[in-house]
Amino acid sequence: MDRLVVSAASILRLAPHIVFRFDETRQRWIMMAPERLMLPDEQAVEILQLMDGQTGVGTIIDTLAARYSQAPRELIARDVTAMLQDLADKGVLADGVTD
Amino acid sequence: MASRIEPPLALLAEVTHRCPLRCPYCSNPIELDRASHELPEQEWRRVLTQAAALGVLQVHFSGGEPMVRRDLAALIGEASRCGLYSNLITSGTLGGERELQTFAAAGLKHVQLSFQDSTSNGGDRIAGLPRAHEKKIAFAKAVRAVGLPLTLNVVVHRQNVAGLAEMIEMAVALQARRIEIAHVQYYGWALANRGALLPTREQLDAATGLVETTRERLKGVLTIDYVVPDYYAVRPKSCMNGWGRQFLNVTPAGKVVPCHAAQTIADLVVPSVRDGSLADIWYHSEAFNRFRGTGWMPEPCRSCDRREIDWGGCRCQAFLLAGDASRADPVCSLSPDHSIIETARQEAQSLSHAFAYRHYG
Ligand code: SF4
Ligand code: SF4
Repeated sequence: MDRLVVSAASILRLAPHIVFRFDETRQRWIMMAPERLMLPDEQAVEILQLMDGQTGVGTIIDTLAARYSQAPRELIARDVTAMLQDLADKGVLADGVTD
Repeated sequence: MASRIEPPLALLAEVTHRCPLRCPYCSNPIELDRASHELPEQEWRRVLTQAAALGVLQVHFSGGEPMVRRDLAALIGEASRCGLYSNLITSGTLGGERELQTFAAAGLKHVQLSFQDSTSNGGDRIAGLPRAHEKKIAFAKAVRAVGLPLTLNVVVHRQNVAGLAEMIEMAVALQARRIEIAHVQYYGWALANRGALLPTREQLDAATGLVETTRERLKGVLTIDYVVPDYYAVRPKSCMNGWGRQFLNVTPAGKVVPCHAAQTIADLVVPSVRDGSLADIWYHSEAFNRFRGTGWMPEPCRSCDRREIDWGGCRCQAFLLAGDASRADPVCSLSPDHSIIETARQEAQSLSHAFAYRHYG
């Protein structure tokens, strides 16, 4: 298996067996992966909610740039790509178009 | 003190102690629960429901070998219905693709498969079971064939650590996304075999170096989780991330403990799922409150700035080695009992290879 490299052109979705849901007990979003529990912060939750297996990373960045017009687009682009790359390296993301 | 008690994150469901393997470092207690004492399916279902209600997010079905139980698929199904994320911890020597299909259909999310070595000779000898290694290879392929994510778990020690590079290659070849390389922890069976298992300092350094370089090379392909043997550490590990903070464990007979070795603490009154709800046990039992937080700590932990980092280390190790579960973990170089560890390390330099295999007493 090769490393999944994230760019603006990537279309991503959660890998199978990843569960991203709201936890009623703790009143927060959680992400569960094999033997790993992640507690995404507000920013990550927002990005993950925009990720549907069809929308490209570039479009997600545009949406966030429009929402947070006070932040420069390059900064948002860098943060989003870095966060998604980190999740991809943890095996949490998969390619949205293939398989 | 009494800071708020958080709900647990994970449940280790040890559904049986039965296992076709006989690993000399098995983490099960020396006093194994017999089949006739195992909780029946209905009681396990109730445990799972109560765990989810209490706030548990993940359940690890473990043992022994959980696949000896005919009702395992039903229990996985119950866990899924409760919204629990389920993981199967198996030796992969019973069953294969057909069983895995049923588990996947019931909502299983992940399989963690143990290997004892990188070769059949070594693997079968350590497991104490002929053809174990070959069955495991076939099982790993079946896991991937049904599309479940796979983690390999290898317990390393003096007699197999030389094959670590091959074990990692094996994980990649079997399409595992993760490998857990754990040095033996010395409780129960492993403590009885410590002389034959504890690696030398040179072996440990070589293994650690290999893990570091390989981790970088396989980034994004294989995640390597590495647990060092605490006998060579200066400070103890944060055992279970603290007593009664995140984990609870239910034994085959329904005892509820903060960690899988806790029953070795002789004077701990261990509650049972038959005595009350999991929530009651988690928040109110003597067993879970005994070493919670920092209030119970004597010196040197009491005034140490790491007391909320490692929580004084492992209670079971303190009991086993220093004879008192409330002392600092002897692994800590600040512990007054630290010389016990130093002696064991020195002994590791003289070789012994004979195992005492696990068995029902
Ligand atoms: S450590 Fe070995 S003997 Fe013990 S339960 Fe696991 S596979 Fe069985
Ligand atoms: S003295 Fe206690 S708290 Fe401090 S490092 Fe040692 S075991 Fe941990």
